[in-house]
Amino acid sequence: MEKVLMKGNEALAEAAIRAGCKCFFGYPITPQNEIGAYLAKRMPKTGGVFLQAESEIGAINMVYGCAGSGVRCMTSSSSPGISLKTEGISYIAGADLPCVIVNVQRGGPGLGSIQPSQADYWQSTRAIGHGDIRVPVLAPSSVQEMVDMTKKAFSIAEEYLTPVMILADGVLGQMMEPVSFDNFEESDARVSEPPWAASGHGFSRPHNIINSLYLEPIELENVIKERFERYEKIKEKETGAVYEKDAEIVVVAYGSTARVVRSAVDMARENGINAGGFRPLTLFPFPEKQLRDACKNARKVLVVEMSMGQMVDDVKLALECKLPVEFFGRTGGFVPNPEEIFNKITEIKEGL
Amino acid sequence: MQRFILDFDRCKGCELCTTACPKGIVKMQREKLNKEGFITAECINQDECTSCALCAVMCPDCVITINKN
Amino acid sequence: MPDFTRPKALIDIPTHYCPGCTHGIIHRLVAEVIDEMGIEGDTIGVCPVGCSVLEYFYFGCDMMQASHGRSPAVATGIKRAHPDKFVFTYQGDGDLAAIGTGETVHAAARGENITIIFVNNTTYGMTGGQMAPTTLPGQITQTTPYGRNIKTEGYPIRICEMLSQLDGVAYAERTSVHDPKSVLATKKAIRKGFEVQKNKQGFSIIEILSTCPTNWGMSPMKAIERLKSDMLPYYPLGIYKEAGI
Repeated sequence: MEKVLMKGNEALAEAAIRAGCKCFFGYPITPQNEIGAYLAKRMPKTGGVFLQAESEIGAINMVYGCAGSGVRCMTSSSSPGISLKTEGISYIAGADLPCVIVNVQRGGPGLGSIQPSQADYWQSTRAIGHGDIRVPVLAPSSVQEMVDMTKKAFSIAEEYLTPVMILADGVLGQMMEPVSFDNFEESDARVSEPPWAASGHGFSRPHNIINSLYLEPIELENVIKERFERYEKIKEKETGAVYEKDAEIVVVAYGSTARVVRSAVDMARENGINAGGFRPLTLFPFPEKQLRDACKNARKVLVVEMSMGQMVDDVKLALECKLPVEFFGRTGGFVPNPEEIFNKITEIKEGL
Repeated sequence: MQRFILDFDRCKGCELCTTACPKGIVKMQREKLNKEGFITAECINQDECTSCALCAVMCPDCVITINKN
Repeated sequence: MPDFTRPKALIDIPTHYCPGCTHGIIHRLVAEVIDEMGIEGDTIGVCPVGCSVLEYFYFGCDMMQASHGRSPAVATGIKRAHPDKFVFTYQGDGDLAAIGTGETVHAAARGENITIIFVNNTTYGMTGGQMAPTTLPGQITQTTPYGRNIKTEGYPIRICEMLSQLDGVAYAERTSVHDPKSVLATKKAIRKGFEVQKNKQGFSIIEILSTCPTNWGMSPMKAIERLKSDMLPYYPLGIYKEAGI
């Protein structure tokens, strides 16, 4: 297996090309700029399109047009930019179009900071646009996962006809790790035109309409119900988590925070505490069954995030308040260190 | 012969066609409303119609068909 | 053989437009040009938010409905993915010149090879006649009940004049549909816009002065008179930009 040393953002961009992404539309914002810069260099050489839009709103609507015309495409941004994209994401979801949206999170609210953060969990999983929609959210925790989940994101998008979000953060975007692209095949890059695409009917089929407007209430309700049936299928088939069973204290974290939690849990185990890590690979759908499985013998759960506590809501919902859930978090720019999490685990252990 | 043919039930009675006719033979008739409840255009003298189609050019609803021969 | 009949690219169903609304004329002209160039199978249209939002039911080519003002960005996405297809947007004044000004200006500046049909009727039609960026000074609307006051509401935007300053614009013309002659001139301009796109010359826009009898509170005939008396002096017709081939 050949490995190359790459920055997370660049690895993700390369993975998109190998996954057959033909068009990228974006707007500069820190800390995801390497994605655009990489694709600006590589896309013209691979027969693809890179276009710097006039705004995030412009970029997401270019994605809407491109996806609606049946061509695999992607945009990326960071927290404030994702806020601007939410209008477009709602229309894309409402028109059942596949595409990939990357959020390399930074601190918020407002202009916040340019440092890593996980404060867009609620936005990604709850409020990624107006209306009755959900968007599958994948949470990589290493540069390799940035690559693998990019491939996965395109395949979920096209199988279930939905925008898919990759929720990374400034740490993952900026860090360098050895990464392999062996997972990709020639066939990943092949794109055949979907039958619903608005790309010119050539007088060979009825005209296609890409739309999210339904003036008849019953039509709108039927469309939404069908979409939620698809979400159920996504829940069944695409939900993922990695975890240890039989721990007394389960520590839940995703993304770059999960890496720190890993070290803290290892430290706890070395000190004779029966702690275990739980890392969701998907944030929507949240791996509820997996969490309950991990918590079978647990007495307490600790959630660690780079925010004031957002995923902690989903943890409590999944556990149906049957276990006490504690939270430890730092806000944008403060990546928690293993010692402080270890101390928190020790404190919990002492209180049991 | 019928040079001016109106899709009676789709006419919205806006009258824009009446100003376009150089012969002044496209008029509104108020005797009979169509199924949408609109008064409609009519050609009061088919023999004088030259099939210039200017009435149809002004029609926002594509309800006028013009035959030449 | 009829001399004048409905173009094939305009689906044979009634429209939802009010009596005398000139959207219908402009729809027909676009469809006639598509028919004459034989490009219905290779054309993708982008509908705006506004009265013409439902035009995806009317045009026979493939259609995409965009969010308010974003049509030029949506059209960009389609065109970049399919550079050999024809892509047009059809937008009203609120859509193009207020909420979508950014998308419009930058698609023009990039010389995006698309054609924009811009319908200027000086008001927001679908929402019930509020002030538009093109509302004339003194014009009474739902949100300027005492007439548009230039001291507080500012001045109307002349889009063709503004866009003609951009190097990416290959063709910009303002036309009208107040009489048969102007309707035929509008068709010629639309054809020109599509030809410019065919020749890959860049961005083309045809601004068409139009009426809104319902929200202007007048009969279709009176509305045509108002277009002539009030709009033509403020929005002079003509070609504002025509790049050489």
